[in-house]
Amino acid sequence: MNSADKKSLKKLACQVRLGIIDAVYSAKSGHPGGSLSAADIYTYLYFKEMNIDPSNPKDENRDRFVLSKGHTCPGLYSALSLRGYFPREELTKLRKVDAMLQGHPDMKGTPGVDMSSGSLGQGISAACGMAMAGKLDSKSYRVYTLLGDGECEEGQVWEACMFAAHHNLDNLCVIVDCNGLQIDGPVEEVGGIEPLDKKLEAFGFEVVKINGHCFDEIEAAFDKARSTSGKPTAIIANTTKGRHVSYMENQVGWHGSAPNEEQYNIAIKELNDMLAKIEEDE
Amino acid sequence: MAEMVKKATRESFGEAVTLAAESNSDIIVLDADLAAATKTSIFKKKYPERFIDCGIAESNMVGVSAGLATCGKIPFCATFAMFAAGRAFEQIRNSVAYPHLNVKIVGSHAGISVGEDGATHQCCEDIGLMRTVPNMVIINPADHYEMIEAVKAAAETKEPVYLRLGRLAVESFNDPDAGYKFELGKGITLHEGNDITVVATGLCVSEALKACKSLEAEGVNVRLINIHTIKPLDKDIIIKAAKETGKIITVEEHNVIGGLGDAVCSVLAENHPVPVRKIGVEDRFGYSGPAKELLEIFGLCESNIKKVIKEELNK
Repeated sequence: MNSADKKSLKKLACQVRLGIIDAVYSAKSGHPGGSLSAADIYTYLYFKEMNIDPSNPKDENRDRFVLSKGHTCPGLYSALSLRGYFPREELTKLRKVDAMLQGHPDMKGTPGVDMSSGSLGQGISAACGMAMAGKLDSKSYRVYTLLGDGECEEGQVWEACMFAAHHNLDNLCVIVDCNGLQIDGPVEEVGGIEPLDKKLEAFGFEVVKINGHCFDEIEAAFDKARSTSGKPTAIIANTTKGRHVSYMENQVGWHGSAPNEEQYNIAIKELNDMLAKIEEDE
Repeated sequence: MAEMVKKATRESFGEAVTLAAESNSDIIVLDADLAAATKTSIFKKKYPERFIDCGIAESNMVGVSAGLATCGKIPFCATFAMFAAGRAFEQIRNSVAYPHLNVKIVGSHAGISVGEDGATHQCCEDIGLMRTVPNMVIINPADHYEMIEAVKAAAETKEPVYLRLGRLAVESFNDPDAGYKFELGKGITLHEGNDITVVATGLCVSEALKACKSLEAEGVNVRLINIHTIKPLDKDIIIKAAKETGKIITVEEHNVIGGLGDAVCSVLAENHPVPVRKIGVEDRFGYSGPAKELLEIFGLCESNIKKVIKEELNK
């Protein structure tokens, strides 16, 4: 990836993070930690990877994205608004009565949301269905789904993994945002999903492990997924929960709570400073 | 006159979905390793490329169906009622009904007439579970001809549908050559009478019809309403019957909690309260035995329906 592209993606990721903080602060609730950990992945998907057109969100040949870890929709919403699916003002109406942006993704009400989700384990199955439909109709679109590491404790995830490999869904790319934390504590203390790479390999996936905040590695992983044939790809993205908001990083408590005014101001300042620094780095 | 057929509605379903698929290439059938039992095997044989066996993984199957529906497919997703409405309840609620997707959930082997397999497989809660889910249409056909029409209607409507199938062979009584017409959401008056009304669904309709005919010979005029669509319920036909006959008996192969009886009661309580007697499974589990015998033990047979009608008339 050339440095101009990387700089552009970094700036966009900063803006996605600013949108997350604005949305969750306005809603006074929501899930900032896992939204921030996946912000670089959202950014790459919506600004580089996916074949999409915000002016035609229902195009039958578009690539699809299913947010299986639906609670981190502030990140998805922020990326969608930045990409032009709806005005940014919608972010500050998140979770309010009559708002377009529901607490968990609602495909009926939000342009760009390809599947309603939020009950963990279900999104990946819907993504399998979309990939299957693509195969049945010999279409070339690809399907992406983002899971949480804690979400991998759901049995349905493994039903879906077996299905995807059995049906050779090489048009499906599963990304697991491994930020290491779930509501009750560290994933390895609560549920214990490791060794995730070996499990996914045993289930028939091509597995790529990356630093989920490094755009070079993200790009290489998606390129690998696109060139893999005959089986689905899983990208295990190691991330930091709460990434780039200092007091939220690696803190379980920021899984599902909103910043107060003081905390909000700190987060916005940190992200704006970061944005300015990226601008300066020529 | 159409030929009388004695066939389980699961068999009729297998034929009907295969027939519907001829003119509708969007129809896809999914099963969870029960194709031989749910009779989706009939479809699989004719359209193997449009049949997806999901293995013994019902939750995933419902989600896959939802994903297919977002891409314009019309998935008929079949397994036993217990594992569809039961095990995959939340997937049906959140991945199908909430996003209002065009998925047809097919629950076979419903009720105690599963027979020898016993309580774990005798689902008498599915109608109740599905009734509580917004956007769901519930169809429980009574015989072969009704199933053929129900599948056509399910394929035509864009709504999510729960279609209930039975394992036991039933004699057909609807006659498409003699004016039988299926309209989604509309009850059918099968037998005229003003002394009392029986409202029945599914497998129990033919037993209720026999009871009505037999009582006619004894000078008792029972109105019989066949409710094939439990949701949305044909309120008008039920309110009219309450007004004209004053008493209602409901008959269903389902728990008396949550099923047709409760649906009828809530319509009447709000519109025209009259006494209602519910015949069904009395909030208990079934057990192993031949289906016919179990239906008699549980009172879902002509003789018990007759007995209850007489009791209610003598009150």
